[in-house]
This record gives sequence, C-alpha cells and structure tokens, in this order.
Amino acid sequence: MILPLLKGLKITLGRFLSRPITIQYPEQKVPPAKRWRGIQYFEKDEKGKTKCVACGLCMAVCPSQCISIVTAEDEEGKRYPLTYELDILRCIFCGYCEEACPVNAIFVGKNYEWVEEQRAPFLMNTEKLLAEKKFNP
Amino acid sequence: MQVLYLLIETIVKCVVVFACLMLSVAYLTWLERKVLGHIQIRFGPNRCGPFGLLQPFSDGIKAFFKEDLVPGRSDKAVFVLSPMIAIISAIALFAVIPFGDQFTLPGTNWVIKLRIADIDVGLLYIFGIASLGEFGIILGGWSSGNKYGLTGSLRAAAQMISYEVALGLSIIGVIILSGSLRLTEIISLQAGGFWNWNIWYQPVAFVLYIICGLAEINRTPFDMPESESELACGFNIEYSSMKFALFFMAEYAHMITMGALAITLFWGGWQAPLPQLDFIPGVVWFCGKLFLFCFFFIWQRGTFPRLRYDQIMKFGWKILFPLTLLNLVITTLAVLLKG
Repeated sequence: MILPLLKGLKITLGRFLSRPITIQYPEQKVPPAKRWRGIQYFEKDEKGKTKCVACGLCMAVCPSQCISIVTAEDEEGKRYPLTYELDILRCIFCGYCEEACPVNAIFVGKNYEWVEEQRAPFLMNTEKLLAEKKFNP
Repeated sequence: MQVLYLLIETIVKCVVVFACLMLSVAYLTWLERKVLGHIQIRFGPNRCGPFGLLQPFSDGIKAFFKEDLVPGRSDKAVFVLSPMIAIISAIALFAVIPFGDQFTLPGTNWVIKLRIADIDVGLLYIFGIASLGEFGIILGGWSSGNKYGLTGSLRAAAQMISYEVALGLSIIGVIILSGSLRLTEIISLQAGGFWNWNIWYQPVAFVLYIICGLAEINRTPFDMPESESELACGFNIEYSSMKFALFFMAEYAHMITMGALAITLFWGGWQAPLPQLDFIPGVVWFCGKLFLFCFFFIWQRGTFPRLRYDQIMKFGWKILFPLTLLNLVITTLAVLLKG
C-alpha cells in the first residue's frame, strides 16, 4: 500500500524537475500546418492590382455566402471587380473560393490572428485582401 | 519599566510574526500554483512580475474589488462571522510556535526570545485553537443556506471528530518522551544534532501526524469539506470577495502551522541538524525546514487522488486510530522498561 504511494511521489518529483513543455503563445508560436486555411488574400498582377476578373465563381461556390461582387468593365472591355466584399466573420474557411478561382486571384492564407473592437472592420474589401498578402510570402 | 519593555517587545514580535505569516501565506499560494504547474509540466503563473512573483498581490487586489455577496437565505451574522473565526484561529495558532532561539540586542543586555508566547500548555493550546478553526468551516457552510455548503460542513464536522482523535493520540508519544507540553522544552530535549530528533524515536507517530494533519487542514487527499468535484467547493460555495480570501488565507496559514508544529515536535525545531552548523541562526533552519514541509504538502497534493468520503471515515477509524493506539502503547512500554 505504501510503495505505490512513494512511486507516485517519485513520478511527480521527476515531472516537477523536468522542463515545462508549454508554448508561451504571444511570444512563441506554433507554425500553422501545411494545409492550414486561414484568412484569404489576393494575389497581385504586374501592375500591383488584383488579378480578379469578377467572374463571380467564388461568390457562387461560397457555402456561407460571405462574398459579394459588383462587376465593372474598363475601356478595353476587361472585367474587374468594382467592389469585392468578403465578410470574414461569416467565412467558414472551407477554401472553395481558392479552388473555384479560374485566374488564381484569391487564396486562403496562413494568418489566423485578427482582433478588432467592432464588427465593421472585419468586412474585407479589395485593399484589405491585397494587404493580407504580407502575411503570406 | 520592565513591563513596558516587555510590552514593546511583545507588540513588535506580534507585528513581525503577523507580517511574515501573511507574506508566507501569500507566497505559499504562489508556490502551490507554481509547483503544481511544474508537476503538470507547465509553468504556472509567470506573467505578473518576474516568475509571476507579483501574482499573490494581484490576486489580493482582485479579491478585494470583487462584489461581496451575502445570500438572502443565509444566517447573516454567522455567515459574516465564520471567515473571521477561521482566520483568527489560524493566525492565533502561531503565537506559541518557537521559531528561533534567543539573541541579545546589540549594545544592550536586552535578551529577545524568538517566540511570542512560551506557555506551559503550548500543545494543548494549539489543539484547542486548531479545533476552533473547524468551527469557521462548519458554521460557514451551515449558515450559507445552501445544500452543498451544508453537506460540506457536515463532512468537515465528521472528519474533524475522527481525525482529531488520531492526531491527538499520535503526538502523545512525543509528550511521553519529553514529559512536557511546553514547546520550547520539547525542542530543547531534541538538541545536539539530527540523531536526537524525535522522528527517530517516533517514526510511526510522525507519519501518522502528517496524515492526520493533512486531514485536519482539509488538504487534497482528504479535502472532503471542499470537494470541488461533487460539492462544487463545499462550505465556501456562497463566499465571494474578501470573505472567500479569508477562508483561503486561513487554510494556508493553518498549513504553515501544521508544518511548524511537525518541525517542533519531530524535527528538532529551529535547531541545526549538525552541532557544527550552529553558527547559522535558528530562524534560517526553521524557515528551511518549514519550506520542506510546505513543499511536501503541495507535492503530495499534486500526486495523490482524493479519497471518497466513506473511505476517509474507514481509514480514520479502522487504520489510523488503532495504529496510533498501538504506537502509544509501545511507546509507553518502552519508556516504562527503560525506567
């Protein structure tokens, strides 16, 4: 009866003297997995603008319907998104938008940290999606 | 003039001991969280100051600013009174613990003894006051008007009765050996190195004392009054803010006193383990030994699972009680035969 008690004490003492395995989050981070699907970003073309041609496939495929696009045409007859809105609070990060995109404009990124005090800033537009590129080299 | 000096000396000693006790209680909570954390291979508190050393103060500030609720169906006077009983009895226990020898104040012939009171019935006083502390728990649970609190306090009462018997009997061996209830006399009989300590003459009593002491201070293997898993914190379920903090402090102060008493009775008090090490002040030895005991109390909490209520009762009455009686009989016979 007494030996198992002492054995238990020995084990906990060993644990006490071993190094903690805690990862101290804000300072230390676990790199996200290879196939991690985080916040989306836009790939830029040569002119630094979005590659998006506003075909509306991502809008159609999105299961949570968080993407809305208003299409426009420039002088050369090329389509571009007048507004591209992605409500990141509604997004379920399924990655269908990336799969559906025919011109490789939108990608799901690695970033998962985003804090705001209000809901409105979470509505991503083209600029925000382009800016998000910096987290995904 | 003599009386005035005595008064000043006593007041200064009271203030110093009280401050040290409260500070050690604060850091004992820190140590507990830290040690438990490391046992579970994590860090414990480490955000508040270096190594989380300011954590007790932030906890204290938090407890102070929390809303102080008194339940509508509670017995209000008793509800307010019981944390006071708990903390007062826990602090009052330390009045008779000798934490060092005496020293002469430099430049004068003023001899200062490092204990607040040195009374003839020191042990009796300790056991009387320690049982009074249980009233805080019992009344606290009973007066909150909550079924969990009531169950917790009933368990506290039952546990106190069954373990106090064994606790009292386990130290009678030491009293027989030293022939005195005065704590300083018990210590001075263990002078001259660690082989003279009572633990070598009363090893069974020491183990039994530690077990019963753990039950007495409601620590984890025996934390029936405050069973977090089935009673949702038991007796202190309705307590919030500083009232809860007082119970908490009382528990830790009681733990320190249990350790200090174990040192006094079995580990030679403030005396050095080897006569050659006598140049180090007794207070240092006392604190070092106390640290070992406190560490053990925390260490075993991180190791052992809780017992069930009926197991605790069975263990107390069917194992501990007969063992202490047996130890008592053997000690008495040995002392008689030695003459």
